[in-house]
Amino acid sequence: MNNAQLIAVLASIVLQASPLIIAVCGEILTERSGVVNLSLDGTMLMAAMTGFVVGMLTNNVWAGFAVGALVGAIFASIVAFGSIRLNQSQVAIGFVLTLLGDDLSAFLGQNYTRMKGVTVPHYGIPILKDIPVIGPIFFNQDIVVYFAMFLIVGTWWWLNKTQPGLKLRGSGERPTAAFARGVDVNRLRYVYTILGGALVGIAGAAYSLDVKIGWSDGHIRGMGWIALAIVIFGGWSPIRGAFGALLFGATKALATILQRAFPEVSVVAFNSIPWLLMILVLLAVGSDYTERGIKAMPKSWQQPLRRVLRVSPPMALGTPFKEG
Amino acid sequence: MQVELRDIRKYFGRVKANDGISLVLKPGKIYALVGENGAGKSTLMKILSGYQPPTSGEILLDGQPVRFHSPADALAKGVGMLYQDPLDMPPFRVIDNYLLGRSNSVRLNYKEARNELEGLSKRYGFEIDVHATIDSLSMGERQQLELVRLLAGGAQVLILDEPTTGISAEQKEILFESMRKMTREEGKTVILVSHKLEEVQELCVYAYVLRRGQLVGEQELPCLNEQLVEMMFGQVPKRSQRPPFAVREPVLELQDVNIETYQITVPDINLSVRAGEIFGLAGLEGSGQRLVMQACSGLVAPAKGRVRLGGQDVTGWSYHRLQKFGMAYVPAGRLEEGLVAGLTLTEHLVLARPDKKFFVDWKENRQEMAERITTYQIVGRPESTADQLSGGNQQRLLFSLLNTPLKLLLLEHPTRGLDVRSSDYIWQLLYKRRDHGTAILFISADLDEIIEHCDRIAVFSGGVMSRILDARETTAEELGHFIGGQV
Amino acid sequence: MTEAQTSDRSWLIRLWPLVPIVAALIVTSALLMLFDASPAVAYRAMWDGAFGGQDKFLSVLAFWVPLLLASAGLVVTFTAGLWNIGIEGQIILGAIGASWVALNVTGPAWVLIPLEIGAAMLGGALWAALSAVLKTRGKVNEIFSGLALNNLAIILTNYLISGPWQPPEGGSFRGTTPFQSAALLPRLFESRFSPLSLILAFAAVIAVYYVLRGTTWGLKLKALGKNPYSAYLLGVSSERETILAMMFCGALAGLGGAVRVLSWFDSLRQSISGGIGFLALLVVMLAAYRILWVPIIALFFSIVLNGSITLQLKTQLHSALGGILTGLMVLFVLLFGSAKQLGIGGKPGTAAGVPDVMPDELPAGEIPPELMASSYPEVDVEAIHE
Repeated sequence: MNNAQLIAVLASIVLQASPLIIAVCGEILTERSGVVNLSLDGTMLMAAMTGFVVGMLTNNVWAGFAVGALVGAIFASIVAFGSIRLNQSQVAIGFVLTLLGDDLSAFLGQNYTRMKGVTVPHYGIPILKDIPVIGPIFFNQDIVVYFAMFLIVGTWWWLNKTQPGLKLRGSGERPTAAFARGVDVNRLRYVYTILGGALVGIAGAAYSLDVKIGWSDGHIRGMGWIALAIVIFGGWSPIRGAFGALLFGATKALATILQRAFPEVSVVAFNSIPWLLMILVLLAVGSDYTERGIKAMPKSWQQPLRRVLRVSPPMALGTPFKEG
Repeated sequence: MQVELRDIRKYFGRVKANDGISLVLKPGKIYALVGENGAGKSTLMKILSGYQPPTSGEILLDGQPVRFHSPADALAKGVGMLYQDPLDMPPFRVIDNYLLGRSNSVRLNYKEARNELEGLSKRYGFEIDVHATIDSLSMGERQQLELVRLLAGGAQVLILDEPTTGISAEQKEILFESMRKMTREEGKTVILVSHKLEEVQELCVYAYVLRRGQLVGEQELPCLNEQLVEMMFGQVPKRSQRPPFAVREPVLELQDVNIETYQITVPDINLSVRAGEIFGLAGLEGSGQRLVMQACSGLVAPAKGRVRLGGQDVTGWSYHRLQKFGMAYVPAGRLEEGLVAGLTLTEHLVLARPDKKFFVDWKENRQEMAERITTYQIVGRPESTADQLSGGNQQRLLFSLLNTPLKLLLLEHPTRGLDVRSSDYIWQLLYKRRDHGTAILFISADLDEIIEHCDRIAVFSGGVMSRILDARETTAEELGHFIGGQV
Repeated sequence: MTEAQTSDRSWLIRLWPLVPIVAALIVTSALLMLFDASPAVAYRAMWDGAFGGQDKFLSVLAFWVPLLLASAGLVVTFTAGLWNIGIEGQIILGAIGASWVALNVTGPAWVLIPLEIGAAMLGGALWAALSAVLKTRGKVNEIFSGLALNNLAIILTNYLISGPWQPPEGGSFRGTTPFQSAALLPRLFESRFSPLSLILAFAAVIAVYYVLRGTTWGLKLKALGKNPYSAYLLGVSSERETILAMMFCGALAGLGGAVRVLSWFDSLRQSISGGIGFLALLVVMLAAYRILWVPIIALFFSIVLNGSITLQLKTQLHSALGGILTGLMVLFVLLFGSAKQLGIGGKPGTAAGVPDVMPDELPAGEIPPELMASSYPEVDVEAIHE
């Protein structure tokens, strides 16, 4: 493979990872406030379908994104209402919505499968795109990629460097203490669950309008679950999460290349890679064996290794909050 | 700021937690609010600090009636509360924790916050490292940080709930000194909620006494302890006398035990607890004593060293294997670690019995539980669920589930949160156990309890264990020195 | 609220459980109208799909059996506080186990069928054990390991069908060659329904009922589901019971998979489970995790799902409609199944969640105040230990 091909592969990895990054950032905002929105897979399918169909019917790609975001927000608001107001299990509601989103997208989208619609236009950023290597990989893409990049930085900055970000993290860590400081914990959780859901919806539409263009039954089934796993792997940090999404994209790209190189190996082996990877990364960040492995290392390595390999969730993740 | 409470009532269903309480708190003074467990102190203070609205009644600040919508609202109006477990954000940096909720703008002004934080700390003699994360601070430091936050938020009235639990003697002095300064020099009003009458006498000028939701007395301080106790309980409870102790064979032996975790290393513990001995472990929370106890129970594996139980080398045995071998462990959080909310008392009994059968004989177990309910004086029925019991009853339930005979009984804060009579009862049960030859090892934050009930004591500080002290020859002051890390 | 107002509304509260069902039907009808289909015609088609003839109803029963088996297993894992989303994969592994016996062993039916069932239960149990061990040893949440293992099970099936078990006439992704007839479960008439499988399913339901109600193991699972750490301190080995509960469920799911290949199909197919595992999760959620409600709800779901397949054949409308109807019912029951939670006919309940700030000294439950106020009885220590 020559340099130009390599750069093309890297650019495609960045493109492939972008919707995942958007979904991961959305879910991080939600989970950092203390709510798990498990419905990502169904939400993204519904958003992909509606986004594609509306984009096609209006001949306007942005209308597609808007509708995708709206669908994501609606699904998320059901999760928020059920868990915050009604105290129902977040996992139960999220799971039912996952199945429902899958079936609804199949039913509502049945007349729009395998059609040609609108797509996101390519837009290279002047000057930046001419930087050698980095330019073609990151800046000769389209708006979905730029939005993902903006979200990584934006989410990180919002979480760590602003007053609302402190309140957001506080609600997910220790809602009682946040409440004592004047934070309306449940309202905040509504806001970030819905906002996170809207981003997840945009991610779904980004698939059908840009990265994996078009619609068919179960078009991007599984990507929502992968995004949820990346949130854990990323330790609820947007920067690490983005890294996880790129890693996932890279593994898929590698699988494609290997498959071309070794056609005699069954396609099965390559299909199973994302799922094996999902188990392996979750095992790496969670298991006690990792801790034992770290302990076997020299003392000065332990802390940095731990920071890279271990994660801990927001303390109040998934726990309802009641005032007074 | 003058605070006046008028006829405060708070009902939970049919339970009257506060039943018409009226009192006045004047600026520049330190008040005490005392009462046994369940007297309604916490409820009253939660109402005064905006956590809960009263069912009826009025709060007046400087003569003006006010209504608090939230704790933040109460603080904005001048009332702040410091909880026993400070309401901070453990994974946050000190500065972020301080800034959270301080303003409504998006931007964070670190420089201003640091100056403010350091200025206030200095004024009251606190030492807080602004760059540390909260979970690396000691309980005393977290408390100081929380106090500074409340003061910066405009607190004129400060409520302190059991503030000396789990902090060192030096930190306690600093805390008391800062409270004196706040009242005398700055005219603030301070309310101390405490079980420890010695502290109340030392610090406060006036005490309000609650019993069963009502104000039953008030008293200028200092006074005789007996006066306060009589108001709290109606009658003076008899304190148990320590029965004599005969030296017998060692049951639990720790030899060069090392324990290592993320936060702390506990090096070279050598310890021997004899049959029928009560051995106390003192120290600030997180000083290593809990780890030693967990190593004895098999919940934590020591990195090095041997553990022997009844002569048998049990190093590396699992908790369940040790349990079958005659070890029992009663942790501090009753409903979190020990009892299962939603399961009935009978179901707990079935789970705890060593002679489990595959099919459950519900009738027989219900009868057995009914008997234990009578024996252990639990207020509840076999079909009540554990979460329906009050704290003291939950603790008695835990004791009723212990098997007999036991070689070793490990206890964390066995009487935390219990009133004097419930505590006495627990200790009577424990004395019975020791008479039957059980070795008892326990942790307590209450030095008086340790001195009163132990035969021998070891103090932990920063993971290091002191020499072993004879309870009859030591004092709370001496233990305090060891806790502070002085040898 | 006064007494009079409450009694005025009592009819509302009594009828409330119907509200989610009706709401689900209304939304589904709206979807149908969106596609210019008459709801009446569509529901009629669904009804005919389930009851319009003996073969149709036997097909409902045949679909009911594996659903019932998987649901019964899930009641056990839910009791232990586990979200066994990997059940789909466990069904598939059961099917693979049974298929392996059917393809590789020859013999009379009374030898083959027990062997197949044994292999299927083993396959499902081991696949479930994998999820369980990943949870207990690797701290991987069972939702994620289950999901990954589901996909791996599908990939494994595809590999078997297109590879080692490929029919001699040529490779396709459709299925293996039909099994020898001795390997198939005896079926009623010309249908896909095997009465033997229904007996097994009922045995499973009864077993689950007794396990949860009358055995120490069931009680241990209950404790584990409510508070794992307390259960551990009370002597319950969370690792052992988690693995056992998952394997128990996996075995029943695997049996369901065997029923799928040995009576519904006659070979291992690409989509052997067809979402029965996920559907079973919905069944158990709608049953509020109580085993006695499972058979009836599973039967109802089976009717809807079979009906929607007929609907697709008759009207060209996507069969996902059945999934939508059942999914909406569960969602609506979760959202407004309890009138109390919504504040209709009473204050919103506090029982469901533990309030963050509660007065420490007060009991959470319904302890009569006379007990609360009663002074602590005088201690007679001597009497206690006599």
